[in-house]
Amino acid sequence: MPDMNDTNTDKNPLVEMRDIHVSFGGVKAVDGVSIDLYPGEVVGVLGHNGAGKSTLIKILSGAYQADTGQIVVDGKEAKIENARDARDNNIETIYQNLALADNLDATQNLFLGREFVDKFGFLDDAAMEHKAREVLHRLNPNFKKFTSPVSALSGGQRQSVAIARALLFEARVLIMDEPCAALGVHETKMVCELINKLKHDGLGILLISHDLHDVFDLSDRLHVMKNGKLVGSVRTEDVTHDDVLGMIILGKMPEHLLHLAGPGATNATNTQTSETPL
Amino acid sequence: MSRLLSKMEVDRRLIGLAFVLLIIWVGFDIASGGRFITPRNIFNLSVQTASVAVMACGMVLIIVTRHIDLSVGAILGVLAMIMGVVQTDFLPQFLDYNHPMTWALTLLIGIAVGAAIGGIQGLAVGYLGVPAFIVTLGGLLVWRGSAWWVTQGRTVAPLDQNFILLGGGIEGTIGATWSWIVAAVAIVAIIYVAIMDRRRRLAFDFPVKPIWAEYTNTIVKAGLVLAVITTLNAYHLPTRAAERILENKGIPVTPENIEISHGIAIPLLIVALVAIVLTVVVKRTRFGRYIFAIGGNPQAAELAGINVKRMTVAVFALMGVLCAISAAISSARLQSAGNDLGTLDELRVIAAVVIGGTSLAGGVGTIYGALIGALVMQSLQSGMALLGVDTSLQSIVIGLVLVLAVFSDKYFHRRYSDPTA
Repeated sequence: MPDMNDTNTDKNPLVEMRDIHVSFGGVKAVDGVSIDLYPGEVVGVLGHNGAGKSTLIKILSGAYQADTGQIVVDGKEAKIENARDARDNNIETIYQNLALADNLDATQNLFLGREFVDKFGFLDDAAMEHKAREVLHRLNPNFKKFTSPVSALSGGQRQSVAIARALLFEARVLIMDEPCAALGVHETKMVCELINKLKHDGLGILLISHDLHDVFDLSDRLHVMKNGKLVGSVRTEDVTHDDVLGMIILGKMPEHLLHLAGPGATNATNTQTSETPL
Repeated sequence: MSRLLSKMEVDRRLIGLAFVLLIIWVGFDIASGGRFITPRNIFNLSVQTASVAVMACGMVLIIVTRHIDLSVGAILGVLAMIMGVVQTDFLPQFLDYNHPMTWALTLLIGIAVGAAIGGIQGLAVGYLGVPAFIVTLGGLLVWRGSAWWVTQGRTVAPLDQNFILLGGGIEGTIGATWSWIVAAVAIVAIIYVAIMDRRRRLAFDFPVKPIWAEYTNTIVKAGLVLAVITTLNAYHLPTRAAERILENKGIPVTPENIEISHGIAIPLLIVALVAIVLTVVVKRTRFGRYIFAIGGNPQAAELAGINVKRMTVAVFALMGVLCAISAAISSARLQSAGNDLGTLDELRVIAAVVIGGTSLAGGVGTIYGALIGALVMQSLQSGMALLGVDTSLQSIVIGLVLVLAVFSDKYFHRRYSDPTA
């Protein structure tokens, strides 16, 4: 494992992805990447567009399948072939486009695919709305629009719905793809508070972003990818913004952390640094 | 006014549509010197609208899932031919002519074949990924051609005596007494549903409509039911037909008992049944919820674990079933099945659905809207026919109305819809 000097070593990781490979028609989208996530931890997965971070995460959420590699959930190898398998392993994904049906209301979206039905098989809308009110109230006490189509909601409210959707079904691992894209300042703050709250509840959260600033303050650790390979995994407190930018753009590990370099890190002897490898 | 309506939780689009229908009716009534809003014409409208209305209910679901079905008229044609042959040539090999089982077996076979035809088109759309426009455009030609092949173009007649009751006509109605019973059942159901909904919301402490709004809603709905039934019961059989019926029963003819009411026509009853069942499916079942989810965001639906491909097959198969019911209604009404039956019906059906507020972009649409849309289309056509307007001019007017309806819907929706409502 690239990073074992973590405060969480006493716990088992919630999820590990080991040596994942995916190719699309000869292009290696993900090339031997390993990442992990512990309970009560927020981990950022960073990289440019095309670095392979979205592909990697979609393997975990069941949208794609790895050519080779292992996914380990709670110490046991898990087979994740579709979104339903991911859910069965308590892994929930909140997608960039939010994956909400705009024409349905918050309650209908929350329960999509897992509706409550009565003994005749008819939808029990009142019971669902009741539960929806409970869950959303916990996340966002100001949320009132349970019966308007979600197209009428603000970006932050839509995020609340998407996150509530994950929580409703007891997610332990939450994958958030660009959680703050297209959100205003105030709403971004709201989502940040939400993420911190979930972290304290013991969830493991993976944040996917190409924008360092979105995730730096929120994350405990960062996995950085470039050209389908892992540049390295670092603890946020050990690095500066510039260190991370160097990792994203140049694929270069900060000098004091070179021992943590992943397979995607630019070979230290070829970099412009005059330092010798440690 | 608009705040009042939103408090009553009434669909504004519905009010607009009802208003348009009212203008058309009153307009034609004035122009025709009082011949449009009569029990006789309303009864005829209800029968003439039925076939398109049944298919429009299914087309709502197709369009909500972001597809289209251009083949419904042709499917209607081929199914009418198949059912015609089944009841005149096939079943009489085993049953007597006009056997009481003939009509039911015929309809069942028609429905099964309709489901298969729709299902095949659904497979091509869902699993092969061919756009529905192309699949059903091809289907239009294939099924219309098939309709000819069933009998080498020969028109099938006469049809089974019980089967033709499905098309309305003098005996294809349920009479005054049963019409009143239907009205009573409908009103009890309206009240029951309103009470149960309110109880359920109160049990969970949700906000409810003010009580006066509940009363107004219920009274308006019940009043509409009563008005329709009263009108249909006010349309009496022609004297000679009434005399014949009385003579057959061996009852002497008197000035009182000669006034036999038509009541609800069987095709109207079928429309009501189809609309109620589909409305329940749309609002109260997973199947209906998923149809709308797919229309709103197919990706989200897929990610939520909905089998979008299988749903596509199911929706097209359902459309095929409804085509079979419409085929029965229209061939029964003409008391014969010709291979050109249902020609251009696809356009009438799609127009009805779109006028009824269903968005071609998917995700939005209602069954009751489509019914009113079908009624608007048929009212225009019947009204112009009543005034002796040329058929060519009728087409021009209906075409313009369709475009105008979609434009005004977009315009008013953008202008007056409250995004926070």
